[in-house]
Amino acid sequence: MSTRLSSGGRLVNRSATCEFTFNGKRFTGFEGDTLASALLANGQTLMGRSFKYHRPRGVVASGAEEPNALMGIGKDGKFEPNQRATTAELFDGMQATTQNHWPSLELDVGAVNSALPRFLPAGFYYKTFMFPRPFWKHVFEPVIRKSAGLGKAPKDRDVDRYEHFYAFVDVLIVGGGIAGLQAALTAGASGARVLLVEQTAAWGGRAAVDGVEIDGQAAGEWINNTIQELKNMSNVRIRTRAMGAGVYDHGYSLVYERLTDHAPETGGPRHRLWRVRATQIITATGAIERPLSFAGNDIPGVMLASAVRDYVVNWGVSPGDRTVVVTNNDDAYRTALALLDAGLSVPAIIDARADVTGDLPQALRARGVDIRTGTGIATVKGGKTVAGVSVCAQAGEGAATDEIACDVVAMSGGWSPVVHLWSHCGGKLIWDEDHAHFRPDPDRAPVTHDGTAFVRTAGAAHGTMSTLDVLDSAAKSAIAAVEAAGFKATQHDLPLTNDVVEAPMSPVWMMPQGAGPAKRMKMWLDYQNDVKVSDVMLAAQEGYESVEHTKRYTTLGMATDQGKLSNINGLATLAIALNEDIPQVGTTTFRPPYTPISMGSIAGEARHDVFQPIRRTPIHEWHEAHGAYMEPVGQWRRPYCYPRNGESHDDAVAREVLATRQSLGLLDASTLGKIIVKGPDAAKFLDMLYTNMMSSLKPGKCRYGLMCNENGFLMDDGVVVRLDDETFLVHTTSGGAEHTHGHMEDWLQCEWWDWKVHTVNVTEQWAQIAVVGPNARKLLEKLGADFDLSAEGLPFMGWSEGKLGGFDARVFRISFSGELSYEIAVPASQGRVFWDALHAEGAEFNATAYGTEALHIMRAEKGFIMIGDETDGTVIPQDLGLGWAISKKKEDYLGKRAQERSHMTDPKRWKLVGLETLDGSVLPDGSYAVADGTNANGQGNTQGRVTSTYHSPTLGKGIAMGLVLNGPDRMGETIQFNKVDGSTVATKIVNPVFYDPEGEKQNV
Amino acid sequence: MSKASALMGARSDGATMVEEMGLRGMITVKGDLSDIDLKNAVTGTSGLDFPAQRQISTVEERALAWMAPDELLLLCPHDEADQMVATISRHLAGQFATVINVSDARAMFRVSGPDAREVLAKLAPVDLHPDSFGPGEMRRTRLAQVAAAIWQSDDDEFLVVCFRSVAQYVFDILSLSAQDGSDVGYF
Repeated sequence: MSTRLSSGGRLVNRSATCEFTFNGKRFTGFEGDTLASALLANGQTLMGRSFKYHRPRGVVASGAEEPNALMGIGKDGKFEPNQRATTAELFDGMQATTQNHWPSLELDVGAVNSALPRFLPAGFYYKTFMFPRPFWKHVFEPVIRKSAGLGKAPKDRDVDRYEHFYAFVDVLIVGGGIAGLQAALTAGASGARVLLVEQTAAWGGRAAVDGVEIDGQAAGEWINNTIQELKNMSNVRIRTRAMGAGVYDHGYSLVYERLTDHAPETGGPRHRLWRVRATQIITATGAIERPLSFAGNDIPGVMLASAVRDYVVNWGVSPGDRTVVVTNNDDAYRTALALLDAGLSVPAIIDARADVTGDLPQALRARGVDIRTGTGIATVKGGKTVAGVSVCAQAGEGAATDEIACDVVAMSGGWSPVVHLWSHCGGKLIWDEDHAHFRPDPDRAPVTHDGTAFVRTAGAAHGTMSTLDVLDSAAKSAIAAVEAAGFKATQHDLPLTNDVVEAPMSPVWMMPQGAGPAKRMKMWLDYQNDVKVSDVMLAAQEGYESVEHTKRYTTLGMATDQGKLSNINGLATLAIALNEDIPQVGTTTFRPPYTPISMGSIAGEARHDVFQPIRRTPIHEWHEAHGAYMEPVGQWRRPYCYPRNGESHDDAVAREVLATRQSLGLLDASTLGKIIVKGPDAAKFLDMLYTNMMSSLKPGKCRYGLMCNENGFLMDDGVVVRLDDETFLVHTTSGGAEHTHGHMEDWLQCEWWDWKVHTVNVTEQWAQIAVVGPNARKLLEKLGADFDLSAEGLPFMGWSEGKLGGFDARVFRISFSGELSYEIAVPASQGRVFWDALHAEGAEFNATAYGTEALHIMRAEKGFIMIGDETDGTVIPQDLGLGWAISKKKEDYLGKRAQERSHMTDPKRWKLVGLETLDGSVLPDGSYAVADGTNANGQGNTQGRVTSTYHSPTLGKGIAMGLVLNGPDRMGETIQFNKVDGSTVATKIVNPVFYDPEGEKQNV
Repeated sequence: MSKASALMGARSDGATMVEEMGLRGMITVKGDLSDIDLKNAVTGTSGLDFPAQRQISTVEERALAWMAPDELLLLCPHDEADQMVATISRHLAGQFATVINVSDARAMFRVSGPDAREVLAKLAPVDLHPDSFGPGEMRRTRLAQVAAAIWQSDDDEFLVVCFRSVAQYVFDILSLSAQDGSDVGYF
């Protein structure tokens, strides 16, 4: 049974206890524990259930590579599923729960799947649930979803906050083991700006656990001294709990910093995502030990050899009383030594190699440990815990020679460098026969804009294993990096190290070598996704030759651990099955992030009120104070209507329309785009931009214009004002200002770069208010102006400027409602006061604020189009009866040639008409006009569609606009429009101008 | 008549303070920046040195900033802006140049305190290391999701200009990033 040792544990503080619960049970651990080490210390070896077969699982690893011990941690707004117990630092009050079992971790009925592995082989779902198709969605998937799965999604809103941080460095070093520390020392000495990040809370990586000595100092001492030295360098920054998550083009990289996961009650952000721009990156990310594939290698108690000694040395925890070490290399003997030093029993070391002569095995032999060479594990005995192992010859088929009782199996299949960050941006790998691993190929590094390498490797991530080589590679990479970043490197003397002679490892991809199908079905490759040796072999047998295909077919390496333990073993197994060399089979693609990062960190500050910028006009607060129901228009929020005392939105809209038509309405039109176009060529430019002629517009006048893109489609519309000979003010739609401005600059910068035109977006300089209705002029006259407001002095489509009631005003006499109407612009700083003044002075005319819906209805009553309603990116002005706004005199304008194409001139294009239901009802939005027969897909034919539809308070009935086949030629004809309930409504085609067709009201 | 800035001087207190600074005159000048008449018109009217690329020259409430290869921004007291526009325009009459008062299209903030630099580095993808970004440097960039311009105005003080409509958003993200307990300890 696992337990806390009476002494030891370099990372735990035994004087600080932490109470925590595990599935509701109360446990105690120490500060410095991980959740995994604390659970082992409390004798809890069962930590989860597997994904597919619900097999009992214990912790396998001690770090980021852990596939099994995934927990839900926290509760309510701080709950997060799928956290690795090996990387979750223990804190007082932690609440951890296991996942993927029912009813309990100990008794899981889903484990029945485990009894049926032959029925759930690779590709089982693909093969079984193909037919009948509808069953997948409604029958199979819900059942499968219930039985398979990891943690549950949080139910509550995340209460924590998150942020980003942008850092620009010369050298980013990822990994705070001795390689990363050495690289930082060397790089820092050059004066380069260095950022060193380490994913765990502790510096030094494995060196202290492995008993490394550097220059006569124990690793721990060297690490502490080095940290001090780095802290004293003003150009070096070091961060723990900060993981290099991804490397992207041009040295962009992400560092995921976990600030309060270990102390959730602390204030401040929980995670910070560093968005680093590094000239050079050094990955000192270490290596991950590989499991061995033997039958029963997933039983709780079977662990990586390195993890076993981590628990003993780092956390003073014994994973069990009797540990059998099984290995193909010398390094695992360090685990046996650590166990013996802690007073624990190592009944045997099972070494697959025939010949075992290295310094470490000799040291173990000297201590009397039973070393079985040329042997392997035939099978692990046990269910929820290890009871023992049966031993066999590695070279045979697995006939057991004897059994050894034990409760832990420490396995080592060799080490694989962590090449993820190297590979993210295209770094290539090379197969190293000696160590049987892929390592970065320095000749094919990730390259930056000029084709030179921007990622280098150091230490075990480089493929080096001895302390001396680790430090040497780190110093060399650091020198190369700072020189590439333009600094002068200081040469570094190599330290003295206590490396021992290690004998070569021998690759073992299956144990025993000749294991038959029964054993292969119990050899787990991917613990998290329950992929076994037999599954990969089946995939190969069924023709999956590419490792990428095999991965997807078997789900090998597709779980949240992304195959950190399983990939190399899996592809080696595939290579054997295909009878190919491992490098020929290759690896799957490594993609960021290295381990999962929180969604919160990706969102950063963009949550709640600042999820998205909301644009506010200078009058926004008034709208809110007056109960406006707001709607988004681009990023603006505009009042849709202003319901009063329990009024429905429909009633409010009707009231606003009638008040405006009968007396006086006020609209906050500040969101309208306003772009100054100025220069000697401004008129020529606008002639190209608009379909109609703008150069003939006289100063003092306004003209409505249509803007098309080069494909001829209507893009934006608005009123153009000529301020003076060389200066125009272009009004755009509210949502179209930025886009239109960009469109202008695109043409000016890329095509007509020699035209003398400046554009300036002045949208927000002005608050703009529409004063609309029969009493509009009276209100302006009441305010008093130092310019002529009379019908003759300021005629329809004219403009004037001056003082209006003490405000600096520009008054445009334009109308989007059909009423006598002025749009008045005042500087934004005067906007709110001006709005208030209009209401105060307009009270006698029942001045009524109206919203966008009233605006829409009034323009529809007049048959005015709305960009986004009557247009959808496929509509040309000719479709909308706007031929009058298309100049026949101009040689060219944007869209002209496109509009001459055969499809654009096709008489069968649907054209704009007014629509009126015979029963006066409102046509459904998006309704289609039905036609006889069906199309090739068996769908009913159509002959038109509704583009705008409203109840007109003015006319007391439904009105609509739509595009209809030959519409303008069919006035008075009745056609059918479909409704949501499947029925149709008889609708008459009419003139789209429903209200005041002669235009008498706006022209008074 | 009272004129209102976007947030009426809103401020959030803490180790790092964020304040809306009220109305400031701002004038966009577009034209050929190598043209001596343009340089003279702008520097003569404002009394400020002509800024080099990405630079800003400041004297009290006036400042002249390089915005783009053909664009400057002139800052001045709000009530001087119209007069400045008129004066510069008069000097540049007949030339291809555009001078426009954009004062009210903007909002301006002061971020001050020992972590002011870090607060901006949480929001702007700019190298704000003191070696790279010091007084005199002006950067057009973004703060989270909106456009902004930033420069250092004093030892622990930075100024921010953004569009008026997003003033609340900018105030909110600056205040959020300046919250006590969220210092990075990087610079």
